[in-house]
Amino acid sequence: MNPTTLFGLCGAALVGIGLYGLLTDPRLLRKIIAFNLVGSGVFLLFGVVARRGAAAGLGGDPVPQALVITGIVVAFSATALAVALLLRLHESGGGATLDDAADGARTDRSRS
Amino acid sequence: MSFELNYELLVGLLVLTTAAWSVAARDSYSAAVGFVSYGLLLAIVWMQLQAVDVALTEVAIGSGLTGLLLLGAAARVRAAEARVVARPSIALRTLAALACVGISVALAATVLSLPQPAPSLAAEALAALPATGLGNPVNGVLMAFRAFDTLLEKVVLVLSLVGVWSLAPESGWTGRPRLLHPFADDGVLRFLARTLPPLGLLLGLHLMWNGADEPGGAFQGATVLAAMWLLVLMAGLGEAPQVRARWLRVAAVAGPATFLAVGLAGMGIAGAFLAYPEAHAKTLILFVELPMMLTIALVLALLVAGPPERTDGT
Repeated sequence: MNPTTLFGLCGAALVGIGLYGLLTDPRLLRKIIAFNLVGSGVFLLFGVVARRGAAAGLGGDPVPQALVITGIVVAFSATALAVALLLRLHESGGGATLDDAADGARTDRSRS
Repeated sequence: MSFELNYELLVGLLVLTTAAWSVAARDSYSAAVGFVSYGLLLAIVWMQLQAVDVALTEVAIGSGLTGLLLLGAAARVRAAEARVVARPSIALRTLAALACVGISVALAATVLSLPQPAPSLAAEALAALPATGLGNPVNGVLMAFRAFDTLLEKVVLVLSLVGVWSLAPESGWTGRPRLLHPFADDGVLRFLARTLPPLGLLLGLHLMWNGADEPGGAFQGATVLAAMWLLVLMAGLGEAPQVRARWLRVAAVAGPATFLAVGLAGMGIAGAFLAYPEAHAKTLILFVELPMMLTIALVLALLVAGPPERTDGT
């Protein structure tokens, strides 16, 4: 196995790890982190495709590399917006999780 | 197995370990710290994949700015998250884990069955590069061959800033972002915030200017500038601007507006939207990159700073 394939498998595993966190953790901030893991795993797969396309004296195909750079920036914008939404939800009393029990506890407290 | 592959195996395992840590860590603050180290390790992987420009972006944005954003958010929601009592049942988690393993295995199978020889646009990109006057093929793709992507990416940045600002509470509308100043009394941070910005400014401009021919570019340079500004703000040495300030709004759209104007002019002088006349390609690209750098630095820092939350002067 060559290093490029190794990192490709690494990217595949990252998507799985991130997806698991996204599905199972009720905390919204952790979902944002997990979603970023999925994103970077996909970028890494793209990077492997770029590296395999090395030709004409270049270490990798510059087209997918440039697309990944654009992708990282867009992912950051989306993360910033998601974090702002989360903090707004939190500060307006809506909680920071999707956990029903924690929400119930908070509602009870606000009623009493 | 060679020494080289052992090293790469180690880096790969470290990346997966830090990723698993940022999912499994009990405390979100620890998870965010894990995510920062994950980004740094991932940048090493990008270096191994011969993608220096991507490694720079990953380290600056993926690890640095995203990390700062996550750490700030983790500190603010800590109390609310402590109330979480229930996780999905073991059966549900096992089911989710099986589904995720399935997806990873399918992706891994795809990686192992990629076509041989691999398709590549490297030769085409390199052949067309002299027409742009640039020496860095990645920057050639970003600023010329796929300029439309880059233009839209800047629009996305500005739009997400509009989105973040729209989340301002009523009392803070048009005011200043509330940057936490937890380290305002920290002598070391204040010292760094006074010493580093001149060097950072130089480094940022160097990355932008040299990005034409070597790894780097307007984006990576602008991130360094944004980091310097955030450092000054976090050390309490500067004041975040009021979001109603006219200069701020003009600067926030200067980059995409210039890009769009040059792109439209291309229809008249070079025959296509976002086309550059060959003789002046590099001049025009630099002309677009300068205001773009200003916009990116400003928008990145303001995205980290968050929505305006206070209208008072302090």
